[in-house]
Amino acid sequence: MMAMSNKVPTQEPGEIEALLPWHAAGTLNARDARRVDDALAKDPELAKQYAVIQEEYAETIGLNESLGAPSSRAMQKLFAAIDAEPVRSGSTSVGLSARISGFFASLSPRTLAASAAVGALAIMLQAGVIGTVLMQRDTHSFQTASYEAAPSPASAPTTVTRSLAPAPASVEAPTRLFVRFAPTARVSDITALLDGYQGTIVDSGKDGLFRLQFGNRVMTKDQIAGLIRRLENEKIVSMAVQAQ
Amino acid sequence: MSATQAASDEILIARIAQGDRLAMQVLYGRHHVRVFRFGLRLVRNEQIAEDLISEVFLDVWRQAGKFEGRSAVSTWLLAITRFKALSALRKRKDAELDDETANAIEDTSDNPEVSVQKKDTSDALRKCLTSLSPEHREIVDLVYYHEKSVEEVAEIVGIPENTVKTRLFYARKKLADLLKAAGIERGWP
Repeated sequence: MMAMSNKVPTQEPGEIEALLPWHAAGTLNARDARRVDDALAKDPELAKQYAVIQEEYAETIGLNESLGAPSSRAMQKLFAAIDAEPVRSGSTSVGLSARISGFFASLSPRTLAASAAVGALAIMLQAGVIGTVLMQRDTHSFQTASYEAAPSPASAPTTVTRSLAPAPASVEAPTRLFVRFAPTARVSDITALLDGYQGTIVDSGKDGLFRLQFGNRVMTKDQIAGLIRRLENEKIVSMAVQAQ
Repeated sequence: MSATQAASDEILIARIAQGDRLAMQVLYGRHHVRVFRFGLRLVRNEQIAEDLISEVFLDVWRQAGKFEGRSAVSTWLLAITRFKALSALRKRKDAELDDETANAIEDTSDNPEVSVQKKDTSDALRKCLTSLSPEHREIVDLVYYHEKSVEEVAEIVGIPENTVKTRLFYARKKLADLLKAAGIERGWP
């Protein structure tokens, strides 16, 4: 009886309601952000709660900003401790993702010009497309990357795993989808996804939309639907639809 | 945080793994304030929070070679900070609180309705945010101030994603209760 009277009735948040704080902070993927926007437009109660959340959001930032910064003592202590550490051999293993990121970051026009390997050029162009879209996605003003400069399939070395060359026109075209990645997607995530699905970036359009080609064989409708389902279940994918 | 900065953080970690002291300085300069503030909100003691920073970044120096890039570097830093802060709090648990700390907690935690004299929502909100339990404080800070996604918060705190969402919901309800007790109604819940 006692336990019964002490039990506070719990009210679980609705699915969209639970996402409101992340919507205020701008950290939802595009699909969820769209769902929340639609719900806010239809539900005045939800909109009222969202206004309260925006207030909480602003004050939390204000509160944290008012906390100030640490003194230089912390940094001095840290580097004194680092100096006391044993010297590194320089051969420490580094994660795959960091190596990929380092590779992308080291690219420059000069590097591209100097590169004689056609396969390397193809990979670099692909990295460039991803990087351009990621960097400029927020402004929605990036330029469309072109694959015209990519080498023909005949000249591409067999070791290249992803080719940017267009498919031959004489046969049925392999599957191409429009895919939009989540705002939080990183270069390393996208590269891993492309590898996992044997995907190739064909080009990119407005609003962070990529046209991707998957494999080199024609797929049935069911296979395409399955592929779209699998892609939409990926955390970094916010939308996938068939391209013509 | 932009995708570009996240990638650049990973490059810094790769350089730190090679023993690059300059990369460590850059990473420190980029993140130490946020690490400090996150730690301070958990331990509520500037001295301890400053000690935490040194320990967190020293861990980064030692563990950089093991970083696999499965999460953003900033997420990794906050997870280390949280772990260190909780350890520091455990160590301090049996220690006697000094007067200054005790007064600070009394002023902000125990009685917000008394401390909130002005009926100013902004002021009251900040006081009530400070009065939340450590569990609720950290989730509010991670989502609103550190801009962490549901997945990232789940990773830092070590709880399922659905629990992240409900915990924040209840933190917000608690905040509304505290404000109500301070005489401020906001129309929710």
